Amino acid sequence: MATYRELLAQVKTEIDEISSIEAHERLESSDGSIFVDVREADEWDEGHVPGAIYTGRGRLEQRIEGLVPDKTRPLVVYCSAGSRSAFSAKVLEELGYSNVVNLAGGFADWKRNGFEVTIPRVLSPEQRARFSRHLLIPEVGEEGQQRLLDARVLLVGAGGLGSPASLYLAAAGVGTLGIIDADVVDESNLQRQVVHSTDRLGEPKVESAKRTLEALNPDVRVVPYQERLTSENVDRILSERWDVIVDGADNFPTRYLVNDASVWSGIPVVHGSIFRFEGQVTVFAPGVGPCYRCLFPQPPPPELAPSCAEGGVLGVLPGIIGSIQANETLKLILDRGDSLAGRLLLFDALSTTLDEVIVRRNPECPVCGDSPTITEYVDYVEFCNAPVHL
Amino acid sequence: MAAVRIPPTLRAEVGGARELEADGSTVAEVIDDLIERYPPLAGQLLQDGELAPFVNVYVGGEDVRTRDGLDTPVRTGDQLILLPAMAGGS
Repeated sequence: MATYRELLAQVKTEIDEISSIEAHERLESSDGSIFVDVREADEWDEGHVPGAIYTGRGRLEQRIEGLVPDKTRPLVVYCSAGSRSAFSAKVLEELGYSNVVNLAGGFADWKRNGFEVTIPRVLSPEQRARFSRHLLIPEVGEEGQQRLLDARVLLVGAGGLGSPASLYLAAAGVGTLGIIDADVVDESNLQRQVVHSTDRLGEPKVESAKRTLEALNPDVRVVPYQERLTSENVDRILSERWDVIVDGADNFPTRYLVNDASVWSGIPVVHGSIFRFEGQVTVFAPGVGPCYRCLFPQPPPPELAPSCAEGGVLGVLPGIIGSIQANETLKLILDRGDSLAGRLLLFDALSTTLDEVIVRRNPECPVCGDSPTITEYVDYVEFCNAPVHL
Repeated sequence: MAAVRIPPTLRAEVGGARELEADGSTVAEVIDDLIERYPPLAGQLLQDGELAPFVNVYVGGEDVRTRDGLDTPVRTGDQLILLPAMAGGS
């Protein structure tokens, strides 16, 4: 029966090893080597080789084929001193990995050489509990949750669509939510604008939304803009590094302003609109798919525009469309799934049907086309007789 | 004969119908048939004899502007979707 030392010595004769300096050269040269960390989770949390993948030694055999399906990929396996990883390197070879080396001296030697170390950001115990259902989904997980916490989403309008969208984005842990709305909470809003409540009547919608969202999730920071989006302030507001814009405006001038600004600043827009029992929802991703002007090159003349306030809307409809907008926003942040870019969903609440039409990028689009004819903001006349609010 | 989906913003012009049957072998003919029966639709759908720039028409899920415009063929059983821009969000 061999002792541990004898077994280690035996394994070391059967595997290849490289020094920290050689390993560092591999990392610098980006030769495709994958660093595999087989230490305990708390060791990983204190720092690891940049770009390394974590399996832990206990689950190495179970997890490695999912993480590195290509068995010819060069692997650099490491632990703290090079012993545990020696056994792991042997196991990886037995699993069929053909290009495995052990990092001699391990992470301790790596650090002694002064090579760079990544300290992973870890979720707090409270965040781990709050987002546990996200952490269980492979497509989100801890990395995805960190992405959401780092994300910045700008909501145009804290009304019918902005209410459910902002609630779900806040609950999902999107770290910063900007909200633009000049209006105050009115009784007629409460039939559908669920981010507000009866005790907020007369309060600015952005402040009411901020209170609700920050109470729902203290990790969320709400940046209120109690102003109407105009050609004068749009560049200032959009310059604040937003990842995604959720368009829930209720008038054409703002829709076109949001579109043109987003194309010029390269920010994707998750677009939703509602009228009575029907909703439309899509994604406009600059440089990838069509923009709003590819779909509708110009707004209708004011006399033909569907009336705003008097049109009416079923209270739950913005709940459905705004939730789809939140879903698309989360997918864009996580870079998962297929977005609605290039597809317009048409939801009919009366028949409960969902139709889909194709939206193509128009090479002659006046804003995102090959030879744009609109290069500065257009101030369209306000629609409806009443003052236009977001 | 094609089924034409009438959007909520145009239903007042057609007596509240959500879908109408219309005759025609091209989009132009289908629209003409609708306008003949519901003249107020003309101003909502056409501008100078062309499709108004704020209205889209889809046949089989494709925007007819990306096909042959008003000349796009319509086969029996096709579904047409009329889609004017709508801005509501609040």
